[in-house]
Amino acid sequence: MAGRGRGRGRGQLTFNVEAVGIGKGDALPPPTLQPSPLFPPVEYRPVPLPGGEELEYMLALKQELRGAMRNLPYFIKPGAPRRDIERYSDKYQVSNPIDGAIDWNPDWRRLPRELKIRVRRLRKGRTTVLVPKAKQRAALDKEEAIKKLESLEKKEEEVTSEEEEEKEEEEEGKEEEEEEYDEEEHEEETDYIMSYFDNGEDFGGDSDDNMDEAVY
Amino acid sequence: MTQAEIKLCSLLLREHFGEIVERVGTLLVRAGAQPLRMLVGDTGLSLEQVKKALCVLLQHNLATFQLPKRGGVEYEARAERVLRILRYPRYIYAAKTLYGDTGELLVEELLLNGKMTMSAAVRKVADRLTETMEDGRTMDYADVSSTFVRLADTHLVQRCPLLPETPQGPPGPAPTLVLDEKEMYTVPRLNLTGRGKRRRSCEEEEEGEPRAKKQKADGEGSEPPPEDDGIYWQVNLERFHQHFRDQAIVSAVANRMDQTSSEIVRTMLRMSEVTTASGAPYTQPLSSNEIFRSLPAGYNISKQVLDQYLTLLADDPLEFVGKSGDSGGGMYTVNLHKALASLATATLESIVEERFGSRCARIFRLLLRKKHLEQKQVEDFAMIPAKEAKEMLYRMLSENFVALQIPKTPDHAPSRTFYLYTVNVPASARMLLHRCYKSVANLMERRQFETKENKRLLEKSQRVEAILASMQATGAEAAQLQEIEEMITAPERQQLESLKRNVNKLDASENQVDETIFVLESFIHSTIRKP
Repeated sequence: MAGRGRGRGRGQLTFNVEAVGIGKGDALPPPTLQPSPLFPPVEYRPVPLPGGEELEYMLALKQELRGAMRNLPYFIKPGAPRRDIERYSDKYQVSNPIDGAIDWNPDWRRLPRELKIRVRRLRKGRTTVLVPKAKQRAALDKEEAIKKLESLEKKEEEVTSEEEEEKEEEEEGKEEEEEEYDEEEHEEETDYIMSYFDNGEDFGGDSDDNMDEAVY
Repeated sequence: MTQAEIKLCSLLLREHFGEIVERVGTLLVRAGAQPLRMLVGDTGLSLEQVKKALCVLLQHNLATFQLPKRGGVEYEARAERVLRILRYPRYIYAAKTLYGDTGELLVEELLLNGKMTMSAAVRKVADRLTETMEDGRTMDYADVSSTFVRLADTHLVQRCPLLPETPQGPPGPAPTLVLDEKEMYTVPRLNLTGRGKRRRSCEEEEEGEPRAKKQKADGEGSEPPPEDDGIYWQVNLERFHQHFRDQAIVSAVANRMDQTSSEIVRTMLRMSEVTTASGAPYTQPLSSNEIFRSLPAGYNISKQVLDQYLTLLADDPLEFVGKSGDSGGGMYTVNLHKALASLATATLESIVEERFGSRCARIFRLLLRKKHLEQKQVEDFAMIPAKEAKEMLYRMLSENFVALQIPKTPDHAPSRTFYLYTVNVPASARMLLHRCYKSVANLMERRQFETKENKRLLEKSQRVEAILASMQATGAEAAQLQEIEEMITAPERQQLESLKRNVNKLDASENQVDETIFVLESFIHSTIRKP
């Protein structure tokens, strides 16, 4: 029934137009040929914002909260972008919290076990990535002002305190802490940058693509 | 979750918790419950970062975890809780009006940290209060504790679900936390003695401890675990919402009638605070005698006058107060759902008036009153010429404030079908709520854009302020200070001023829109929760 009038009477609609309110001969609004403008002109200006002590106080609170939350440990800053050149000043800047540990202590008993972040930086034999980082951080420790030293020390202690639950790690940790200190002292005495030293771990691992050349 | 809500959630998370938490949170809101591996895969972040972000979200009650039957742990975000971040200033201010500075700081610390033990919260707040006091005076823990107890008694803070007391078999991948309804507001007996510390002495203590630790090479904490270990408290947002709702009703009555009737309604609401469930349509009936006894001391109106007021309130067409019986001098209740509906309708009316003009508002109010009207009837009742009435109706129709309802006749004969205009209040409220979310998102984006545009200038001004502060601390002459101040030129100063003005305006607008969001959301919740 709806489609029957199509061929015969163009422009006739299926319902009684007068009932909706468009009388005969009334000009219909022109068809819209483009999407509505992004900022349509506003006929009535909005009412000005109410003032008052209460609202001003809440405004100040809001801005303070915003600033405060940026400095809380809950605000996770994305890792600092790796600069293409290693600069001297990098050693003296406060680095991110120790490898994945978080600055605050949640109650781990209430959280699923998989979320617990264990820092295994003290283990040797782990990926090579962690080792130079540990050394870099160790180098930071000795040379910084006392404040940074204390805070970093505290964090190290907190992280290591998590590992005290398992006996093996505890002993190893203590040993390796002392070992690391020894390494530090060694580092300080030599003038050579330890990361230049190639201890042969990578030997044989590289250049697997070109099997033509003999490996010496 | 609509797109607008998801967008707003992600903006809020980014502003308050950083980009990493934002990416994890947005994915959770969008995709529902997910295990850890899927999160790592879909966000493209490293495992450590996702773990950190989840810890933050769980700490702040923005996400929960559960153990589905097939094993493993699934994480789910609570989107409506994320949207509450907008309302934090309002909660803190309400705590200030009710319990003073101590209450304000307690609620602020709890909101900023998600959940805390009572001892930790009390200690922190005492330290903060001590900072602001004059030299030599410190804040006693007992005062702060007593305010905390009062907050718990009025249910403004509540306990978080607890670990079960006895370990149940081998530990699974995640603990199942148990919430005991009866224990939600009981404060543990703590022996908190001490006073707040100023920050200077705090630093000295901190430096002393790590040195000792270094020598011992022993990683244990130097304090014994606190007595209320494991009992965490969080802010009870529902209770704050009830408080705001009561405030709104009381001020509506005050606007409509007079101060005394609003005081009567406030008394009734106060008496029903703990007896009425949060979603109840009306409060428990209160007899007029009880109300008379509980009126605040300053109001000495006679019993007869009170009865007259109550009758007036009950007869008012808005039906905030209803009479439910005659015993005890007349039993009266406050109709909460009706009150919320009236508030939402008033909001709608005011929006139509401001957006389309007072004539449209007249038509709108007419439709609200008469429910269904035809085109012709609208023209007659509103006394507006036909052409204008048509235009206005169509405008409102195109913006979905007004709906067209077509009663069905078995034969769709054009002469006998009627087209009725009507206002569907819940639908319009939802539509407006959606628009509110979009506008808050726009406001936040604009504010961030403005701040980013002028970032260089802001940083410069901050540096100058820091230099000024340090120079003043070390004692400098006025001439030097003047020189430093002149580092910021006059046009730059103007730019800074206008930036500050704009940012303030945008922030204040966000607060305002949040008030509208609150009214509309409360109304929509009240329509959903029908038994």
